[in-house]
Amino acid sequence: MSDALVHERPQSGWQRSRAGVAHFLTLPGVGPLLALLIAMLFFATQTDKFFTGRNFSLVVQQVIVVGTLAIGQTLIILTAGIDLSNGMVMALGSVIMASLAVEFGVPPVFAILIGLAITTAFGILNGSLVALVKLPPFIVTLGTLNIAYAITRIYRTTTISNLPTTITFLGNTFTLGETAITYGSVVMLVIYLIAWFILRETSWGRHVYAVGDNPEATRLAGISTTRLLISVYGAAGFIYGIAGLLLIARTQVGDPQAGQTANLDSITAVVLGGTSLFGGRGNVLGTLIGALIVGVFRNGLQLMGIPSMYQVLVTGILVILAVSVDQFSHRGQA
Amino acid sequence: MNDLQPNSVLRASGLVKHFGHVVALDGADFELLSGEILAVIGDNGAGKSTLIKALSGALIPDEGEIYLNGALVHFHNPLDARRMGIETVYQDLAVAPALNIMENIFLGREIRRAGILGSLLRMLDKQRMMDDTIRYMSDLKIGIQSMSQPVGTLSGGQRQGVAVARSAAFAQNVVIMDEPTAALGVKESRMVVELIRQVRTRGLPVILISHNMPLVFELADRIHIQRLGRRVAVIRPDEYSMADAVAIMTGAKEVESAH
Ligand SMILES: Nc1ncnc2c1ncn2[C@@H]1O[C@H](COP(=O)(O)OP(=O)(O)O)[C@@H](O)[C@H]1O
Ligand SMILES: [Mg+2]
Repeated sequence: MSDALVHERPQSGWQRSRAGVAHFLTLPGVGPLLALLIAMLFFATQTDKFFTGRNFSLVVQQVIVVGTLAIGQTLIILTAGIDLSNGMVMALGSVIMASLAVEFGVPPVFAILIGLAITTAFGILNGSLVALVKLPPFIVTLGTLNIAYAITRIYRTTTISNLPTTITFLGNTFTLGETAITYGSVVMLVIYLIAWFILRETSWGRHVYAVGDNPEATRLAGISTTRLLISVYGAAGFIYGIAGLLLIARTQVGDPQAGQTANLDSITAVVLGGTSLFGGRGNVLGTLIGALIVGVFRNGLQLMGIPSMYQVLVTGILVILAVSVDQFSHRGQA
Repeated sequence: MNDLQPNSVLRASGLVKHFGHVVALDGADFELLSGEILAVIGDNGAGKSTLIKALSGALIPDEGEIYLNGALVHFHNPLDARRMGIETVYQDLAVAPALNIMENIFLGREIRRAGILGSLLRMLDKQRMMDDTIRYMSDLKIGIQSMSQPVGTLSGGQRQGVAVARSAAFAQNVVIMDEPTAALGVKESRMVVELIRQVRTRGLPVILISHNMPLVFELADRIHIQRLGRRVAVIRPDEYSMADAVAIMTGAKEVESAH
């Protein structure tokens, strides 16, 4: 295997070890992971309420919904797209699930399936407009954001409570050691692992990267980019439906007002996780770390008694930093 | 025009392609013989790239026929042409810079694992693809340290090497290269010349589109000259000078249909 390996300039040991460190830092997920660890260390020194199993469980609780939405968002951003509609699509799905089960007596499992079908349909609609009509994802999903929001609010304006336990089941907890963990957080982690596996190990996953990286090359390689994009947006829609279910489980109500800032929050998680807004580069486990970074900052600042607007301020600064890193490394590559 | 020759691999007649008002191909003929390197030259806008795209399925001509090994074929997309053993290295290379060398070589043709891991979990056989990639690259004597390097980190010549290796690995009938040295320096161009020779040595005929006259005259067995959307001549480099070729290309000199 090692014949004809010429052409590379020899490097000194120093150069190589410096290159090694630089390489390590650019490995997917390493930067975000370091940021997360530093943030955790920082907050651990500031308040002793931070570093407890109970508090970590709380952080994860607060991250579940946006963290799940961000999985779908990652898929779409990897294709060099963006989805502004996900929070509203999730809200629509969750209101429909809750309403069907509570007000129309639909068996909870069917209510859930119908909700999932609707969010998936929205994803397929987004994907079709992007891939077939060739409209920019930003505009398409801005449109469907408003459509989903309007449908939800036309359908109803008040929250739905008294949900059957089948629908709120994922909000239940089991204990691990002393810490109570909800089934919902396990569901989120499992979806992350599935997405990570598919993106890494299957053709479909590699094609998601390829189409975001160079759509023309992907087409010329004989891949139907149209079908691929529609399947990506559709899969994202399905994941938003699950996020809707997790939302219901967490809040115990169907809330037509929910999810209004979830689109930007999910994009924040993706970007902080090191996935490039230019498409083709990134890693879904990075997104999990990105979502946790946001969660840890909010939680830590809160424990320190810092007003919530500062938490928003810090998140904004973090996003701009992450996007700058992305822009910078992308320029270096091209 | 010549009748069907026994050793005609790829042949086209009367290809027409319009882009709005622009006539990119105006009844172009084409013929590639087995085992040869056929250069296609012509001024900017003469329709070289359009011709190649029609032959590789990247676009559908408005009129005209294409024959592969004597049989009429219709390519609706690049995959059709690839399935019939025609591989193309496009002018802009058509590689995905964020994907690594192995992934680029197998893009759209990934190999799955055997057994349930492949059929049910749809897992890719990365080890096998990696082994094959190393073999393809060393067959063409392309020296790159790691096949898991993103293609974006390679030099222009190395990227060209990846694109050529991909084509040579999968081509059963024809390898097409559009301007393979356009973006390269002198040293890297030499590398590509060697690559093209290696491909021919493997028995595959090559269609080479190039502006680089010395390269064309060094490599080609025959030269197809394209002008204003048509084939105006086919010459042999040992019978004509570069100046003649340029004169024919620009219309300063005419050739009586000599093939
Ligand atoms: N996709 C396209 N849309 C519009 N015009 C095109 C397109 N492709 C090629 N053309 C036009 O067709 C003519 C032939 O182009 P091309 O085949 O690229 O020539 P060459 O490769 O010989 O320079 C040019 O006038 C070019 O502008
Ligand atoms: Mg051209």
